[in-house]
Amino acid sequence: MAPLSDIKSPERAGASTDDAEARAQTTPVSKSALAVGIVMILVFVGVVGIIAASFFSAVPEISWPSFLVDSSTTLEKLGLMTFVVLLFVGVMALLLFMVDSRKRVPNWTVAIAFVGPALAALLLGLIWPGVSTIIQSFYGRSPWSDPERSEFVGFDNFATLFTTSEFQVVLRNTMIWVILVPLVAVGLGLLYAVLIDRTRGEAVSKGLIFLPMAISLVGASIIWRFIYEYRAPARPQIGLANQILIWLGLDPYQFLLNSPWNTVFLIVVMVWIQTGFAMTIISAAIKAIPDDIIEAARLDGVSGLRMFRYVTIPSIRPALLVVWVTITMTTLKVFDIVRTMTGGNFQTSVVANEFYTQSFRQFDFGLGAALAVLLFVIVIPVVVYQVRQLRLSEDIR
Amino acid sequence: MAHPRRKRTGAAAFVGVAALALTACGGNGDSDSGDGGDAAAGSSEIDCSVYEQFGDLSGTSVSTYSSILSPESDAYEAAFVPFEDCTGVDVQPEWSSEFEAQIVVRVQSGNAPDIAFFPQPGLLQTVVRDTGSVLPVFEETEAVIDENFSEDWKAYGTVDGTYYGFPNSSNSKSFVWYSPGAFADAGYEVPETWEDLIALSDQIVADNPDGSVKPWCAGIGSGDATGWPVTDWVEDKMLRDQGADYYDQWVNHDVPFNAPESLAVWEEVGSILRNEEYVNGGFGNVQTIASTTFQDGGLPILDGSCFMYKMASFYAANWPEGTNVAEDGDVFAFYFPANEGATEKPVLVGSEFLAAFEDRPEVRAFTTYLASADYANLRAKEGFGFVSANLNLDVNNVESPISKLAAEQFQDPSALIRFDGADLMPGAVGSGSFWREATAWIAEGKDTQDVLDAIEQSWP
Repeated sequence: MAPLSDIKSPERAGASTDDAEARAQTTPVSKSALAVGIVMILVFVGVVGIIAASFFSAVPEISWPSFLVDSSTTLEKLGLMTFVVLLFVGVMALLLFMVDSRKRVPNWTVAIAFVGPALAALLLGLIWPGVSTIIQSFYGRSPWSDPERSEFVGFDNFATLFTTSEFQVVLRNTMIWVILVPLVAVGLGLLYAVLIDRTRGEAVSKGLIFLPMAISLVGASIIWRFIYEYRAPARPQIGLANQILIWLGLDPYQFLLNSPWNTVFLIVVMVWIQTGFAMTIISAAIKAIPDDIIEAARLDGVSGLRMFRYVTIPSIRPALLVVWVTITMTTLKVFDIVRTMTGGNFQTSVVANEFYTQSFRQFDFGLGAALAVLLFVIVIPVVVYQVRQLRLSEDIR
Repeated sequence: MAHPRRKRTGAAAFVGVAALALTACGGNGDSDSGDGGDAAAGSSEIDCSVYEQFGDLSGTSVSTYSSILSPESDAYEAAFVPFEDCTGVDVQPEWSSEFEAQIVVRVQSGNAPDIAFFPQPGLLQTVVRDTGSVLPVFEETEAVIDENFSEDWKAYGTVDGTYYGFPNSSNSKSFVWYSPGAFADAGYEVPETWEDLIALSDQIVADNPDGSVKPWCAGIGSGDATGWPVTDWVEDKMLRDQGADYYDQWVNHDVPFNAPESLAVWEEVGSILRNEEYVNGGFGNVQTIASTTFQDGGLPILDGSCFMYKMASFYAANWPEGTNVAEDGDVFAFYFPANEGATEKPVLVGSEFLAAFEDRPEVRAFTTYLASADYANLRAKEGFGFVSANLNLDVNNVESPISKLAAEQFQDPSALIRFDGADLMPGAVGSGSFWREATAWIAEGKDTQDVLDAIEQSWP
């Protein structure tokens, strides 16, 4: 696919192949790339250094210097820092030596030096915990690494999730969240972006909708819990929502208590936050539609709703997809809102909240892991779909 | 030229950040060391000779981990000082609001504290069974416990036949909060029996036909622990209606959770908590009990919209600043009465438990101190509602009137003391289905039999 000229262009020379000497001497771009690479390596070596330091304390048979194993005073911590920094410098010097040396260094050495730390960090920080969680989901309540207490239970944890009525409610709620939040947030965001496009005061109206994004989920939940606050009809209301009901001549309503609508009222909070995000991305996409397309459409006599349906929507489809998928993934992970507003009571729990409850309240690590794995399995198709759609749209371009 | 410089600043910035992060960590270690260790032996407040059996401990340290938070933690630190002065041990407490979620994780990752303050024995049970790292009570400590605590308390700290934990701060749950002034104004008497209590409730309903004032207020909201106050109601009533033997069987699941006896007790509790005429003064209907936090639950007593609120002695800390908690003050509590004709005074209690993870002389010495009457008295003097079930606690050292009342209950020979059953049940029930179903019972009006069946089914 890549044209020949690309490979020869100076920008790609650093990445291409074997002539280390020419690279070091001639191309400034490759040097700055190298600088960035080295900073990246520093970060990775730092991570590995910290992991190594914790490894030292995990292998007590060897008598490591005390500052490596158990650095409790400031002096010892400075010692540990010096050690890690020296480790950086050593690895860096080795790298620079390899890059600068006139002799040919095998390509794979350089490749390993660059990719190795990243791979190690990924392996230790992402892959291994993931695999460990999947294994745990087939075990009972104790960690599977503890052979005395853990027992293999096969698919029992998953069977519990799908057959117990209490977990079925959790799954039902998660489904409601995943369907409603992206639909409403993207819908409202799109509507708003189209309505305010090229109007006066666009920046202000955008800012107003975007502001909730700046509030943490817990903060937003606390705000909304006050809005939903219930007081007896005869008493002064302190919640905005119920005061409005009173003004309308209705009785105050227990927004957070009555299932299944309470889930919808929790969803409102998420939509309130995510609409701004959707609106911003969609608005930027709308502005990026080339004027000539719009002009051509105008000349063909298209306007209003038809313009929106046949020109705007197809042009911003990739942006819509990205927003949709991002919000879907955020929603699948929702935990803060449920935990803060109802604590998962009154049949409002979702998978992520139940995962926490089972793991860290009931200490049933098997069931908790099964919930995490379930979440993982649900996310996979969403991610795959997004990647495929992105590829598709790149191909079209 | 520009590129190498950029590289260097990048590296320098990273090193700078690393240095900052590390010195920030270092700060912690520094603040704790220094004090304590250098103190010479032989302080006046307590008898130091008790700790001589553990040898020379100066320069050693003991770490503790607890869910108690500042400012209450300051009272504990003050009570640790005489021990530090005696032995030269540096006690390094860690107070964390994340204790309950973290303790199991910390123990399993090999980072256990020397001593942990478990907020309830249920969690102690979980940690014992899930990690196997908790040590049985040291023999020196047990000798001191035998002098200071009644035999019952041993059972609550025992898991699968081994004695692991002993009580720290305890509280009495058999209290009903009320306003002495409001009772006097309306001409009501503090009820002596359950029958009187119901008669009084009916009287209050009759005296307030418009329903604006209710006899009871209640709140069971408590984040992810929502529902626990209902379990206290059920347990207290279980102890009164079915007796101590049945109560013990019920807690140990020797009788099914959904037995007819149990159902009768729940119906009795429901005759108050699910009775629209009786609840929920100041908040609204029965449902509002679930949406009201237990901290807010009793506050309407102050403005007269309800008369009574059943809650443990520690509720004293929840009244707004300036509220006088005393028998002749703004609010006080009376004993949640026994049934008519009862010869004993059933008292439902809750407690924190102490347990050790490391066996070193200084840890043995410190647990021995924590079981002593010296500690109970010193800590009681520091206030914050501390009451110990320690029989040698001098009631006069207890700071607040309500804590005094609780301490007197603990030491009353006619008291029939039983521990909070939900705390002793397996976690899946005691801090799981029991809370959840009790919440549904209130919030959704779920049928009582269905609630009991669901809890019975969840028993592991």
